[in-house]
Amino acid sequence: MARIVGIDLGTTNSLVAYMADGRPRVIPGRNGRTMVPSVVAMTDNGLIVGDSAKEHLTRSPERTVYSVKRFMGKGLEDVQGELAYFPYHLTEQGGVIRIKLGEKSYSPPQISAMILKELKQRAEAYLGESITKAVITVPAYFNDSQRQATKDAGMIAGLDVLRIINEPTAASLAYGLQQKTQGTIAVYDLGGGTFDISILKLKNGIFEVLATNGDTHLGGDDFDRQIADLFVREIREQQGLDLNAYPDHMQAVRLEAERTKIRLSDELKATAILDLPEGKGRYSRDFTRDQVESLSMELVERSLEPCRLALKDAGLTPNDIDEVVLVGGSTRMPLVRQRVQALFGKEPHCELDPDEVVALGAAVQADILSGGTTDLLLLDVTPLSLGIETMGGVMSSLIRRNTTIPASAKEMFTTYVDGQTGVDIHILQGERELVRDNRSLARFRLKVPPLPAGVPRIEVTFLIDANGILNVSARDVRTGETQSLAVKPSFGLSDDEVERMIGESFKFAADDLKARQLIEARTEAEVILMATEKALKQGGHLVGEEDLSSIRSSMAAVEATKSGEDHKAIRAKMADLENATHHLAEVLMDTSLKEALENKKLSEIT
Amino acid sequence: MDHNTHSTAGPRELQMARSMCWHCQSEVAGEYFCDRCVKVQPVSKELDYFTCLGFPRRLTIDQHQLEAKFYELSRAFHPDFYQNKSAAEQTISLGNSAMLNTAYRTLRDPIERAEYLLDLEAGSVKEIRNSPPADLFEEILELQDTLNEYRATGRVSETESPLRAKLRSERNTLEQRQRDMEATLQQLFVQWDKLQDRGEATDQARAERDRILKQMREHLSNRTYVKNIVSDLASTIG
Repeated sequence: MARIVGIDLGTTNSLVAYMADGRPRVIPGRNGRTMVPSVVAMTDNGLIVGDSAKEHLTRSPERTVYSVKRFMGKGLEDVQGELAYFPYHLTEQGGVIRIKLGEKSYSPPQISAMILKELKQRAEAYLGESITKAVITVPAYFNDSQRQATKDAGMIAGLDVLRIINEPTAASLAYGLQQKTQGTIAVYDLGGGTFDISILKLKNGIFEVLATNGDTHLGGDDFDRQIADLFVREIREQQGLDLNAYPDHMQAVRLEAERTKIRLSDELKATAILDLPEGKGRYSRDFTRDQVESLSMELVERSLEPCRLALKDAGLTPNDIDEVVLVGGSTRMPLVRQRVQALFGKEPHCELDPDEVVALGAAVQADILSGGTTDLLLLDVTPLSLGIETMGGVMSSLIRRNTTIPASAKEMFTTYVDGQTGVDIHILQGERELVRDNRSLARFRLKVPPLPAGVPRIEVTFLIDANGILNVSARDVRTGETQSLAVKPSFGLSDDEVERMIGESFKFAADDLKARQLIEARTEAEVILMATEKALKQGGHLVGEEDLSSIRSSMAAVEATKSGEDHKAIRAKMADLENATHHLAEVLMDTSLKEALENKKLSEIT
Repeated sequence: MDHNTHSTAGPRELQMARSMCWHCQSEVAGEYFCDRCVKVQPVSKELDYFTCLGFPRRLTIDQHQLEAKFYELSRAFHPDFYQNKSAAEQTISLGNSAMLNTAYRTLRDPIERAEYLLDLEAGSVKEIRNSPPADLFEEILELQDTLNEYRATGRVSETESPLRAKLRSERNTLEQRQRDMEATLQQLFVQWDKLQDRGEATDQARAERDRILKQMREHLSNRTYVKNIVSDLASTIG
């Protein structure tokens, strides 16, 4: 079976890993770095992703997308409160956010797909084979829409997403495999944008999740924001300058806030420096760790409540936890470690790199799916209760939160009016009593044969699969016929839209590739023409007339195809030119060798 | 929206083993896999949870044994191990896993286990009590008054203190009540298991069976009622 890679699609950084010789490994890029910044920039030369895109954050902030994970599976209304923080332009279409980049608008899954493609290409270059299958991780507390959006992103990137797994449970797989962790463990996962806590029981290779909780809107980004807000406030007070009017400087502020925070994880003091616009010079500020910690305290405390709730749902107390594992870059903050240690009463583990451990776990899960690892099995849970709307706008729960998945529930529907031909079903996710306080997942209309009231009996099955994604099917109990359902997601792309985006993505990919090959061929043609010109000046007099005319005509041919659109033709003529210059090159080589030898002799003499 | 709550009650009698493999059409002798073609077989939807997990219909179950069986069957059915198999096998794996998870969740909890057994044995849909049990009637009415009064004072005012203290002590009393009910239920569970172990088919045994089930039903529904009041109380006084 074809290789399956494991991908950690993070808010700030993404990674890809694979399994080799029973060990998961992260795949580095050409620059040796394992992390790909989850940043996509639209430049004049097309879309770029990762490290090079990150450089565009301050250069063209309105065309550089970061933290797109925060928008996955969301509507514009969900993120209203933080729109001001993002320099790029957001709109909405059919309940799904669109991000405007230049002339075009992209859905968050499309942007995520660009990051996934970058990881896919990285893996392909490193492993020397085509990669089409992946396991992708998501925060454990992601709802159905967010999971579906992630799966869509994979499809758009040309990946068959065999499994969506939860980040903390992925981390536990890596720990279980490499550190032989056993017993009841708590995985505290504070990433760039999301927070998860999962309580698991590890026994004889079974990883059983007992409970999970979290906050999909709490992560490193929020800590940076606290510091950045302080910078902006102080600059306003000291200089009378409102940086909010300068999106490029706002990005510089955000990045400097992040750098300051990171430095203060290792050191007790750090200085933040920012260049100001309008000839206002520089802003420089000394920071102590204490100061940053007092800004962060509230956010760290916010992460502890989900921990208590998860313990309660698991029916455990902190004393029952044998091991605590830290995951996510934000757990490098000493304050986070202290608070987690205080809550659970034991020193947390961080033997595995908190930035890499999720990707490593995803690779382990990939290996389980491909049949390589057979002794490990992950039994995960659904993080949120699933239900349907009943009379009076109340949610009736069908599958409770923290139920082991796959999980299913059946519900029988009938009619109240004679001849009624349809029943509207509204699917919800959340823990609150009222429909309006929960997340709307989807709506659909159940078709019912026109019969006297109460006679039709339609059995609807709600099945949450191993990805935590809901599947709905219906069966007419009287006739035994199954019914296909057209479920309209409340905050997601329809199947048609995803299809179209996959098509576009392939078309763009083909166009992109052709364009890139053409540009490369042209550039190389120019280089070879210039080099030949130079060589002719140096050694033209050393070769015969026949060689010279052959070189000249080959150069003209390269020049002619260079202005065309066919990169293969350019390459062919370049090859001809290289043949024609073969003799000249040899002669030049000889001459330079002789000269070198002569120089050597000369130097030996003197 | 029009919907009825689906009853979880399956057929009362034990389902006969599947007769034919869906794949090779041979007689299925194995428990979950066809002996001939080794394909996974769908667990019958009519199978009760006790049978599914290989336990007799008893109310005392060894948690470790139950967990071990759950893990064993998870390894047999989980979709992770069917990624390279046919679409039909993947569907079976998904259905079997979902069924197994429900069965384990139900049997793991002693109260849910008893409610489920009652459902199987006496065909009762979970009874939700709307009025307090007779012996608690006065007490509950008084409690409701105190609760209303407490809510009306806005919770933050100074006058709450005596009310709050009163509610606290009520809560303790009710929690004790719940524990008592659970202890009584535990005795009934033991009685049930003993009766089943004797396996007598006499009239006396049948009468005993009916008595135990009836009492169990009553205590289960009272307990649920009290438990709901306690959690309501807990969320109100914090």
